[in-house]
Amino acid sequence: MKDNKKTYWKGLEQLSNDPAFVKNADREFPEYLPISNGEDGRSNRRDFLKMMGFGVAAVSLAACEAPVRKAIPYVNKPVDVDPGIPNYYASTYMQGGDYCSIVVKTREGRPIKIEGNKLSPISQGGVMPQVEASVLSLYDNERLRGPVKGGESVAWETLDSEVTQKLNSVASQGGQIRIVSNTVLSPSTKEVINQFGAKFPTSRHVMYDPTSADGMLQANQESFGTRAIPSYDFSKADVIVSFGADFLGTWLSPVEFTKQYSKTRKLNDGKKDMSRHYQFESNLSLTGANADYRTMIRPSEEAAAVQALHDELRGQGGSQFENIAKAAQDLRDAGRNALVVSGSNDPAVQTVVNAINNQLGAYGTTIDMSVPMMIRQGSDSAMNQFIDDVKAKRVQAVIFYNCNPVYNHPRGTELAEALGGAALTVSTSDRTDETAALCQYTAPDHHFLESWNDAEPKRGHFSFTQPAITPVFKTRQVQESLMVWAGQADFSYFDFLQSRWRGNLPGGNFQMAWDQALMDGVISVSGSATAPADSTATAAAIPAGGQPAFSGNVSAAMSALNRSTAGEGIEIAFYEKVAIGDGSQANNPWLQETPDPVTKSTWDNYLCVSQAWATENGVEAFEGKCNKAVVTVGDKSVTLPILIQPGQAPGTVGIAVGYGRTSAGKVANGVGVNVYPLMQGGAMAVTSGVSIEVLPEKYQIAQTQTHQTYMGRETVIQEATLAAYQENPSAGRYNPHTATWKSEDGEVSPGALSLWKGHNYNNHHWGLVIDMNSCTGCSACHVACQAENNIPVVGRDEVIMRRDMHWMRIDRYYSSDAVEDYTAMEVAAANPEVTFQPMMCQHCNNAPCETVCPVAATTHSTEGINQMTYNRCIGTRYCANNCPYKVRRFNWFKYHDNGQFEDINTSMNNVLGKMVLNPDVTVRSRGVMEKCSLCIQRIQYGKLEAKKEGRRPKDGEIDTACASACPSDAIVFGDMNDPESRIYKMLKIRDTEEADYITEKEILEPRAYHVLEEIGVKPNVSYLTKIRNKEEMSEQTDA
Amino acid sequence: MTPKKQLTRVSFFFLLLAAFSFSQISYAQTESAEADTTASAPEETASASASDGEIPTGDANIGAGEELFKGNCAACHKIDQKLVGPALAGVQDRAPSIDWIVSFVQNSQKVIATGDEYAVNLYNEYNQTQMTAFPQFTRDDVLNILGYIKQQAEAAPAETAAVAGAEGADGAVASEPAISSAYLNAIMIGLIIVLALILVVLILITTVLRRYLLQKETVGDEDREIIEQSVSLSKVFKSPTFIFLATFIFAAVAFKVVINELFAVGVQIDYTPTQPIAFSHKLHAGQYEIDCQYCHTGVRKSKNANIPSPNICMNCHSAILTESAEIQKIYAAVEQNRPIEWVRVHNLPDLAYFNHSQHVNVGNIECQTCHGEIQEMEVVGQAKLLTMGWCIDCHRNTDVNTKGNEYYDKLVELHSEVSEDGMKVEDIGGLECSKCHY
Repeated sequence: MKDNKKTYWKGLEQLSNDPAFVKNADREFPEYLPISNGEDGRSNRRDFLKMMGFGVAAVSLAACEAPVRKAIPYVNKPVDVDPGIPNYYASTYMQGGDYCSIVVKTREGRPIKIEGNKLSPISQGGVMPQVEASVLSLYDNERLRGPVKGGESVAWETLDSEVTQKLNSVASQGGQIRIVSNTVLSPSTKEVINQFGAKFPTSRHVMYDPTSADGMLQANQESFGTRAIPSYDFSKADVIVSFGADFLGTWLSPVEFTKQYSKTRKLNDGKKDMSRHYQFESNLSLTGANADYRTMIRPSEEAAAVQALHDELRGQGGSQFENIAKAAQDLRDAGRNALVVSGSNDPAVQTVVNAINNQLGAYGTTIDMSVPMMIRQGSDSAMNQFIDDVKAKRVQAVIFYNCNPVYNHPRGTELAEALGGAALTVSTSDRTDETAALCQYTAPDHHFLESWNDAEPKRGHFSFTQPAITPVFKTRQVQESLMVWAGQADFSYFDFLQSRWRGNLPGGNFQMAWDQALMDGVISVSGSATAPADSTATAAAIPAGGQPAFSGNVSAAMSALNRSTAGEGIEIAFYEKVAIGDGSQANNPWLQETPDPVTKSTWDNYLCVSQAWATENGVEAFEGKCNKAVVTVGDKSVTLPILIQPGQAPGTVGIAVGYGRTSAGKVANGVGVNVYPLMQGGAMAVTSGVSIEVLPEKYQIAQTQTHQTYMGRETVIQEATLAAYQENPSAGRYNPHTATWKSEDGEVSPGALSLWKGHNYNNHHWGLVIDMNSCTGCSACHVACQAENNIPVVGRDEVIMRRDMHWMRIDRYYSSDAVEDYTAMEVAAANPEVTFQPMMCQHCNNAPCETVCPVAATTHSTEGINQMTYNRCIGTRYCANNCPYKVRRFNWFKYHDNGQFEDINTSMNNVLGKMVLNPDVTVRSRGVMEKCSLCIQRIQYGKLEAKKEGRRPKDGEIDTACASACPSDAIVFGDMNDPESRIYKMLKIRDTEEADYITEKEILEPRAYHVLEEIGVKPNVSYLTKIRNKEEMSEQTDA
Repeated sequence: MTPKKQLTRVSFFFLLLAAFSFSQISYAQTESAEADTTASAPEETASASASDGEIPTGDANIGAGEELFKGNCAACHKIDQKLVGPALAGVQDRAPSIDWIVSFVQNSQKVIATGDEYAVNLYNEYNQTQMTAFPQFTRDDVLNILGYIKQQAEAAPAETAAVAGAEGADGAVASEPAISSAYLNAIMIGLIIVLALILVVLILITTVLRRYLLQKETVGDEDREIIEQSVSLSKVFKSPTFIFLATFIFAAVAFKVVINELFAVGVQIDYTPTQPIAFSHKLHAGQYEIDCQYCHTGVRKSKNANIPSPNICMNCHSAILTESAEIQKIYAAVEQNRPIEWVRVHNLPDLAYFNHSQHVNVGNIECQTCHGEIQEMEVVGQAKLLTMGWCIDCHRNTDVNTKGNEYYDKLVELHSEVSEDGMKVEDIGGLECSKCHY
């Protein structure tokens, strides 16, 4: 580590030492203040006196009459609901095919927070940003209040009678009826659709997915005779090779994969080995950022790279791709414990991937065909056929079941133009989205938190959705709507669901078994023959554990690939952002303001280009302000800002989908650009015919990182290679020392020298430990923190002014070999290593913020927490200026009940949105500081529960929002005074009482370090070194 | 009268005063000792009487019975007074059998349906008011309740005597600090008298001296001027010292008044708003001794104590006072499904987090500590300041209720190492900001 000349930089401006950047780099706040008084912008003594006089008068006037406040009890209090006590309900998040088993926290009957369900064998207690944020979508003011006909609200009876009549007339004339949806995970819903089909024999169900896995389904059909996606188990993989599959961020089942993957990345005394991860991709994805070896390829080269690996494994070497030979060698060594995945939607590529996995023997260990995953069932050809049919007026009635193909299908515009030709068009969207706006009727569905449902994300693994709130509006579940239209006027989906499960739950007493299943939220049934299972799945029954023989035609696939791999000119690789996904939850401000883990930008999509391309095309970038560009594919073109992205493969550009909504609501409308129309077929890339014109016009993307630099201090990130770690567990550690006469060798660790006497923690000593090796940067913690702590959303303009309010940020550092001259810089920046570091208040024992506060608004508790008292704060911001970690946030505005933030901070500005606020956390007002409180409300709650039962709190009982959301268990919270706690064991704590200046903990774990240890603030948050499974650290200079 | 004579008189007076106050103390002590002996006598008689049959007499059983009684029965029954249901004293003797009582408690309607004569008569006597069924009560539970009733019924006659005795004792104990304060007063008065006497003596001395000097012929003019000096009032008023002092005192008083007024901003002590329904705590909590928790269900388990919803009122008022105009308002709320909008009396600012269960359940604090003598309030008003200083004061002075709570074991141990005094809330971080503000 000592000789490592690697530097970390937060943005290209820092690397290039732009003079304007350097000038501003060490400033906490931008130079301008929000208010300017008078002409010279300064206030004088008279103003002060005026203000004071007015203030005193206002206070005395306000004090004359205290407002009368009401206390309104229930008329009839529900037995289970006690004001002040949260209730938890297990449920299931489903958005298209995306799945997560969750636990919903409700207060006084309102869902306020979503946590992962630890009982689920699939999501295992993890969540993703979209899952966390979905609770705010429930309170979206844009939701329809009830059924709509042609833009006017109507009664359900009117809509039902008209839709039924039209359906009947269409059916009686033999007209075609289509139900269009994304992947439907619920077997009972499928049965409802079947019964609808029985009533209307001309109806067909068409499933499509905005990010399609059709190619994979086809390949598996061909290879194994079953159209299904297998279960993957990354936790058994010693070597992982991914071709463009962003399995930690967006691919198929990221929560599950992150859980599994992180298990292979944990290191401790008992486990000194970790998986090795190769990534071949065009855009720098979240997964690529975590890879040990990352190779940049063009989308058109993906097939060739897969073929090269296939050939290499068969001993036909000589591939032109970097790292293929190495990956092949590692794969061969790992044998069965290896896994190759591809995000391609090309059946031929997937067939070759299947052949590779088959050759490795991965089927049965890391891949299980006998437990198919249902989360992508969409068929590209069926959808294309449907659009053709609509265009040719072969379809008379269409029901869009919670899907929005006009927006998120490449042929959406064609569909939009043709929809008018159908006799009946119904959408069940919760809002008038792009598709619903063109439909005659909208019959809004409940939000999933108001619904009953079941789900089968994997064969034999079932999951239940139960309502956590009475429907907010006059909406109705789609299942009921469909059956009412099919003539069953008094159909109850709940009864239907129960009747399907009757006799299929373990245990004799159905009611007890049902209650148990709802309480757990999940149930695993062995054998696929049970009645509630998906009867429409075409997958042939494969005995559990058994794997079908591979029968794919590899040579045909190979030759198909050879024909199709031609790419010319610049290529576009589309991707989904972790937070926005396919754009269906785009109207959720929490997600819009969640910075993309890699680009750190919010509220926009943009054209990611490499530094080389930018230089070549005269793109100028300074602090996020960059040229715009027009991207043209065929006859379609879009204009969007450019973002220079290290790690972007040469000859490619990347654009995120999910933006450019026109009819999603006030938050999302007009944010970014919709690039679905640029796609061709089901592929997430355009490999030829792309032209890009750089415009002189400049645009600033709201990024949360490029400010607050660490100025190259190497104590921030400490890392080592696996080999070095195995040799010496403290490899990569940087141990600063301070000279002193006190010790024998003349130097001690900086924390040992202190002006203060330290703290006595008699009761608890809370702390966090963050494993940078497991953290994937997925940002689930970030959104969880926002939901838990009532953190306002400030909007694009304010983010640009560096006034984002997030209590925790995930710092992303690119690395490159230090360069002296600017010409070598480009090489360094091309494909950097990436490190993610969650950064929140470090709860220093010698906190610099505490000593500078003139009013003692921030103080230290007897439990190790740096407390922030809002009502005492007068807003001098000294604390933020003195914070070495830059984790304090200032309320520049009143973000609640403020017209200026009405369309941005929806959770604090309308009656509906406010229902999501956590009643145990103050909504801060203008002019006060705030920061991570270590979820003090959860600590206090957990302690009180323990006290009521007359015992000490158990480890794991109290958890911060970030730690409980983390799908990779990278954040561990606990009491460092409790020898039984995980944190105590992880850090190998030894209590020292030798000197009066050290009453804090002595940490013996060699990997654990404190950020900026040399300044001696002694934080209660520890980090574990990042270990890369690489042969050598500075790989890039050799490559 | 010579000065010497005066001094002697003063000192004699002072001695007399001291002797008197000492004698008072010794008198008070004997009195309290007497009261102690009288108070203990009736208690012995009370505990001496033993009961018979199945009804348990053990403290544990009676304790369990008391809990059950207060939690479930007290809303409708009193021991010695007719409420919704009959007074329960002597029920074990009047009812047909213990078994009958058990089955009646478990399901009274079932017993009445069998045509049991006693039960039917009882039912009719109380206007056919149905008694809530308690199927969850075991026979032992009922016996425990009976044990408690019996103990209470027997204690009742003795209680009056005991209370009288106890009052005597209390009076004596209370009189001790009263005496000591009287003692203090006496000293103060004594001192003032002494000081006044000294003043008189001094004036006398100066008068004597002046007279003596004036009689002397040798005194020069300048000295004579000093001797004949007289104080002019107008001069004093105009002197800078006086003006400064007066201004200073005025400014200080004004400042103090303003500060006091500002501190009172937002303090709503004695705030007694009119409620939509004239509910009387004096009647329910005071006269009928209904446990606070019967209506305020959340007080031991939640942050909120809970204002009861009408369905709790209906437990009793479906049968009692159905014609009352105030009760009719509850019926109206239920029928129209419109909640009753009570006016909040105790308002904490939003920035302060207060949790009832922490104080009532864990801390074992009486409701009255913060809400005042609620059982005597016809209309509820805010009795205490409810300011932060008021909270902090209590946290400084209150011992933590650590008994039998494992949570505090280590803390108590560590505290006992450094201090002899009890562990106050303050000692375990009870004054920290984040305990109440987050």
